[in-house]
Amino acid sequence: MTKLESLKQDLIGKFNIKDYKFIHSVGDDIVEIPKADVLALLRHLKSSGRFDFLMDVCGVDYPNREKRFDVVYHLFSSKDGSRLRIKTQLAEGEAVETATRAWKAADWFEREAWDMFGVKFTGHLNLRRILTHHQFVGHPLRKDYEADAQQHCDVALPIHFDNEEGRDGNVLDENLVPLNIGPSHPAMHGTLRVMVELEGETIRRAGCEIGYLHRCFEKMAETHPYNQVIPYTDRLNYCSAPMNNVGYCKAVEKLLGVEIPPRAQAMRVILCELSRIIDHIVAVGTGGVDLGALTGFFHLFTYREKVYTLFEKLCGARLTVSMTRVGGMAQDAPEGWFDDVLAFCKDMRGQVDEITKLMLENKIFIKRTQGVTPVSAKEAIEWGYTGPLLRACGVNLDLRKLTPYYGYDQLNFDVPVGTNGDIYDRYLVRIEEMRQSIRIIEQVCKNVPGGDYTIRDKGIVLPDKKDVYGNIEGLMNHFMLIIKGLRPPVGETYDATEAANGELGFYLISDGSGTPYRLKVRPPCFAIYQSFPTLVRGTMIADAIATIASMNLIAGELDR
Amino acid sequence: MSSKNSMNNSSDNSASSSSDLLRSALVDSLQDPTPGTGYAGLTPDVALHQAQLRAGEDLSRSFAFTTRLEAVVAWGRKNALWPLPYGTACCGIELMSVMGPRYDLARFGAEVVRFSPRQADLLIVAGTITEKMGPVLVQIYQQMLDPKYVLSMGACASSGGFYRAYHVLQGADKVIPVDVYVPGCPPTPEAVLDGLMVLQKMIANNQPRPWKENWKSPYDKA
Repeated sequence: MTKLESLKQDLIGKFNIKDYKFIHSVGDDIVEIPKADVLALLRHLKSSGRFDFLMDVCGVDYPNREKRFDVVYHLFSSKDGSRLRIKTQLAEGEAVETATRAWKAADWFEREAWDMFGVKFTGHLNLRRILTHHQFVGHPLRKDYEADAQQHCDVALPIHFDNEEGRDGNVLDENLVPLNIGPSHPAMHGTLRVMVELEGETIRRAGCEIGYLHRCFEKMAETHPYNQVIPYTDRLNYCSAPMNNVGYCKAVEKLLGVEIPPRAQAMRVILCELSRIIDHIVAVGTGGVDLGALTGFFHLFTYREKVYTLFEKLCGARLTVSMTRVGGMAQDAPEGWFDDVLAFCKDMRGQVDEITKLMLENKIFIKRTQGVTPVSAKEAIEWGYTGPLLRACGVNLDLRKLTPYYGYDQLNFDVPVGTNGDIYDRYLVRIEEMRQSIRIIEQVCKNVPGGDYTIRDKGIVLPDKKDVYGNIEGLMNHFMLIIKGLRPPVGETYDATEAANGELGFYLISDGSGTPYRLKVRPPCFAIYQSFPTLVRGTMIADAIATIASMNLIAGELDR
Repeated sequence: MSSKNSMNNSSDNSASSSSDLLRSALVDSLQDPTPGTGYAGLTPDVALHQAQLRAGEDLSRSFAFTTRLEAVVAWGRKNALWPLPYGTACCGIELMSVMGPRYDLARFGAEVVRFSPRQADLLIVAGTITEKMGPVLVQIYQQMLDPKYVLSMGACASSGGFYRAYHVLQGADKVIPVDVYVPGCPPTPEAVLDGLMVLQKMIANNQPRPWKENWKSPYDKA
């Protein structure tokens, strides 16, 4: 019995399932239900233990349909890695009950769906704009909103907080000191804004404002051909750009139903693990800077530069490499590149030991981080934590192990797990992950499979230049692919990879045309950051700075 | 006759070796690197020195330059730019590399990174400026003290880049006056260093900056 059938059996009698549609498509399980049942079903699936994570809530717009909007819930089970997508249809002006009553994780995702589509969630206390500015009129991801219709903002919002039950967030407490931090502040990494109310140095209330780097990634994806979306994905998590390339291309390939050759898989694994290392370098390095330790940053950046050099050798770019293509890689690795990578790994191993001594065994660092803002495993799952932050809480969840892709199941590596979920454990996990990534790279580099670096499907991949200039068939294929674009079949899929910050998911809908109909990114740090105001309540202001640094928030993927 | 030669002629004054070194170092650092451009008016007064030599004056006490005040001030300014890294996106990460060990912005006298606009001379806009960020950027710029300069790093800050989108300002120069644009997405650190050197040349030449002089905040309500 498939998982979907067993789910159906389970729901019989409990819900009126004759209105439900159970669909299995492109490897994903989907249930379409009427909006009245959403909250009850979510609660049932959670309490019965079938699914413990709410990964994403998003909207989709079909302007020609009677009920215009889809609201889509992505559920995930950390036990067996199974996923379920729940969809419900809403007409303009209709509302669905908020999922925050089942999962805290739904909070910001629902705000985003409201901001982007105008979908209402009854019972949500803070249904206000999250990514666009407060003077914005309309809902930009609706199909009738022009991609480049800019609206100017002429003033920043004053200090405000989230509404709570019986308390207006805009009313400040007269007995406390309000303090605004950011977005231009060294600890806020340029684009985050935190507002707090202080009693002495203790935080009594905190709030975050995001969207200062909302670059309309999803709208841009809807207006560009599939391959031209790749450079935009680079700029999601720009600290580990190749991982986003891989995640996106993997989703498109899943929808197309193609598998990439072993050599491309190996190259992608190496790129991903190198990126994981340099992402953790930024997290650990700037985390140290935020605590006042500048040395680690300079040490680590030497090694980041070495990885940049490897990327430059591979494709010419340092940071935003855009190295993958749908169907494989853009080009093969140059001669000797894998040996260079191996040499770097040897180098890096010593550096990781050094940084362990410099940070993790540093008395001041320990005092600043151990026992600060700990998160329990249960809470972390409730908030939708993934990646190193979830593992720091003691949850052994890594998509590379649970639902392996690109041959990760053949590789020998460990998943480091923390115990307390405090800031120290987060860095502990990150630094250990660097060691594991080095192990993975060394294993792959020593046995790089031969063969082609891309598939040769003429409807997906551009032909070689010698064919384009040399024969009429090559020229025709090239022309067709450029003019009409790559066209996946009508359908939709959700695909996730284990990025440096956690689960990076792409929910892709194709209408059969040359551009994605909808591309929703599930960014790992978006779910993590929404727990921040709760987490820092009652702590000292300096601990809040340490907490925000340990979350490794990358504005590119947070705000998209 | 160059000033160095004049010193060689006076080699009988053997006590002056340390002041010789000092003077030749100063002359080297102040002299125009490319004849005809830059460092306006900043040349050592050779004739004056020679007159002093003939009079047998002690070199260590009489060594002097004549120059114009604005030239020597510009020389100081260009070599002590304190940057405010307004890193919002990917370019911010490359800016870290510019300041990091390999490219080392310190070589250009610009290593004193200040996050307080009141202590900074150079605003490096590194990354996309969104509509939401616009008012913040203008406020930061207004808080900087004169003389102040703006370097726009990367395609987004210069023109909006490939984000022709509903929430992206099409260039930081829509709201603040930009002195130097560095292209690239993101620019290589070398390109950023080049942009900084272009700015240093502008400062040394006291180049007029009408875009700055005529700037008004777009958010000021008249």
